[in-house]
Amino acid sequence: MENMNDYGIVLAVFGAALAALIPGIASAKAVSRGGVAGAGVITEDPSLFGKVLILQLLPGTQGIYGLIIAFITFSQIGVLGGSSDISFVKGLLYFAACLPMIIVGYTSAIRQSNATIASMGVLTKRPDQFGKAMIFPAMVETYAILAVLVSILVVSGVGGLNI
Amino acid sequence: MALLQMQRINIYALNKDRKHILELLQRRGVVEVRSMLKEDSIFHRTDVSESMQSFEKNIAIASEALSVLDNYVKEKKSMLSALNGRKELPLEVFDSFIEKYDSVVDRAKRMIYLSKSIAENKAEILKLQTQIEILTPWIQLDVPLNFKGTKYTSSFIGALPRNWTLEEIYERLADYMPLDIDIVSSTKEQTCIFVLCAKDNKDKVFETLRGMDFILPSITTTNSPAEQLSLLYKQIEDYKANIDSAIEEIKSYDKVRKELLFLQDFDTMRAEKYEVIGQLLQSKNVFIITGFIPEKDSEAIKDELTLGFDLAVEVTEPRKKDDVPILYKNNGFSEPLEGIVNSYSPPGKGEVDPTTVMSFFYYALFGLMLSDAGYGLLIAAACAFILVKFKNTIERPLMNTLKMYMFCGIATMFWGIIFSSYFGDIFDVVATTFFGVTDIPIIPPVWFYPVEKPMLMLTFSMAIGIVHLLTGLAMNGYQKAKQKDYMGIIYDVLFWYVLLISSVVLLLSMKMITDILGVNVNISDTVKDIAGILFVASAVGIILTNGRESKNPFKRILKGLYALYGISGYLSDVLSYSRLLALGLATGIIGTVVNQMAAMTAGGTLGPLFFTIIVILGHALNLAINALGAYVHTNRLQYVEFFGKFYEGGGKIFKPFRVNTKYYKIKENTK
Repeated sequence: MENMNDYGIVLAVFGAALAALIPGIASAKAVSRGGVAGAGVITEDPSLFGKVLILQLLPGTQGIYGLIIAFITFSQIGVLGGSSDISFVKGLLYFAACLPMIIVGYTSAIRQSNATIASMGVLTKRPDQFGKAMIFPAMVETYAILAVLVSILVVSGVGGLNI
Repeated sequence: MALLQMQRINIYALNKDRKHILELLQRRGVVEVRSMLKEDSIFHRTDVSESMQSFEKNIAIASEALSVLDNYVKEKKSMLSALNGRKELPLEVFDSFIEKYDSVVDRAKRMIYLSKSIAENKAEILKLQTQIEILTPWIQLDVPLNFKGTKYTSSFIGALPRNWTLEEIYERLADYMPLDIDIVSSTKEQTCIFVLCAKDNKDKVFETLRGMDFILPSITTTNSPAEQLSLLYKQIEDYKANIDSAIEEIKSYDKVRKELLFLQDFDTMRAEKYEVIGQLLQSKNVFIITGFIPEKDSEAIKDELTLGFDLAVEVTEPRKKDDVPILYKNNGFSEPLEGIVNSYSPPGKGEVDPTTVMSFFYYALFGLMLSDAGYGLLIAAACAFILVKFKNTIERPLMNTLKMYMFCGIATMFWGIIFSSYFGDIFDVVATTFFGVTDIPIIPPVWFYPVEKPMLMLTFSMAIGIVHLLTGLAMNGYQKAKQKDYMGIIYDVLFWYVLLISSVVLLLSMKMITDILGVNVNISDTVKDIAGILFVASAVGIILTNGRESKNPFKRILKGLYALYGISGYLSDVLSYSRLLALGLATGIIGTVVNQMAAMTAGGTLGPLFFTIIVILGHALNLAINALGAYVHTNRLQYVEFFGKFYEGGGKIFKPFRVNTKYYKIKENTK
């Protein structure tokens, strides 16, 4: 079993890397979809650029949340300095802790971009209704926030476990 | 926290004073004109659509002329010129502009005409250039392209595809000698030839040439190609000269730029005036203005009007069914957030203005989400700088936006100091990397590091959420008190207060919950029992009363049960405030990552330079993204969680008849 424990860190790094990777991919895709729709809006009315840009950036946060989880995990498992001696089980736990961010981060970014694009449609017809249009994508973001929350709490909790 | 009291105003005046009265009202800008009376056999509305159209047309012409002008003359504009606001001009300038009006419109039309002619000339030049391209290979030919031969000879002028040598061509046409073949020019793609043959062989030669894919040139000329070319070049020169002179003329109109801007403002004002005229009831000699006016202004306007003209002014309280417009009255701290309320919806009938109460939470929540003293200082200082530098000229909406961000920045600084975040951990990183200091943190947090105690931060976020939600509920009570719905206060507010507070107490008395939250509270059994009783009592109260609009007792209880189920909504509302933790951590952690990356490059002589560049770029990006996040999610917490408890909106903003210009404003003579 001692050999197995060498792989603890591998699993943990895997989880952290995926947390940066998967939501990052999703955010890139979501922001680009927003950009495509936004470019269309700008051709109609260039003065909407600022508002469209805000909407476009909204689904970009999942990538950032992923980065946060990756970073917290890295610093917990000692990749960024300190001791990197963690057991296999702990490594697996770190991996599991990253899962909410990896999965919800991915799906929520893509779904959020749907809401973003619809809100851009609102802007073209009713530029004064920006406040309301902005709320729809922000509602989707709630679930990414809940996921990042669970991941943060578990990642910082696993370190204290005695396994 | 207030809305201004509105009054109905009716002004009855003589048509001969109409222009002056309307212009005075427009300059004062305190009356919203609404047509509230019906037409009858004496009083009619006038159709003003024709004049309105002509104003709008001229505004469009002026703006098109300006964009033409902008194409050729770049206006010198500094980055901050937008902050200067509209320029003030004395009233006389506005009044005397009508004399210049036609000449400005003519010049604007002339500019548009010139710009069109430039486009046409450019198109002509393109056409000529195509001809030149076709003719150029023929430049060596000294007969016109449409030369058909002489009395006894026939000639063919045209091109063969690919590169032919003279021998190859002679070979093909050998049967029809005598011949004279000249290669005028040849390239890889085509060989331009001149063939002269005896008239008798004309058809056969042509037949053979066709077999070689011979094609005639796509244009014919009566001059020789060389002559024609020089003619074309000359024509192009002419067109170019036309364009140049047109451009020069357009440039010479740069001095009327101001007048063009002014014309737009002037006609915007006139269009608004005519829109109002269209709403007035007029008889042969009399007209009636009906509308709304804030109570505070009504006396002054009444006095000013009665002194200046022969008329009657009637100011009354609005009637019950009137759709009274909304005008906020808030102090400088809350006023910037009126825009945020408006973009949700202005207060509806019987609702209170939530701006003041909201403003405390708004700034605090924004600060918590960004929570970095360095970023806060940057935002607050930048906004304050602009506000001070342009304090005399800046327009009100922009001023309010800047003020809002200034207060947000101050709140951000506050929370940054509480949680010790200064551009992430820049002081510690600089101290350890460059000065070898080991005694970190240099500035310890006033309270704690959220990264180290995320559960405590989560508890704190949710506690703030509970306060925010209970405040929303209290606003609901205040609103009901204003509407004199006293039973509603007990049923919809008091019961819920008791229910929520007792459930918080009950939750905190469970060991599992306090363990999760990491808080240490001692709740005695008596308190717990009281809370339990209150919980049950208020729950029963809610079940019995919250469905009170139904008469049927069975339906009423069901509705009450459903209302009680709304407590799950409160749970999700409170959890929603966990975004305070997530976004706050995001700022701090990315800031720390930036600093760590910068510290990695800090070795060597150029190290400090790389360090600085990475720090500046990284933090600029972090600030931009997280400020956006903080803005969006603060709005969400206000709109969904807070407003959800008491506020619906649906009111109409007070839109006074006033000078709505873009570039200039009237300087009032201060008496």
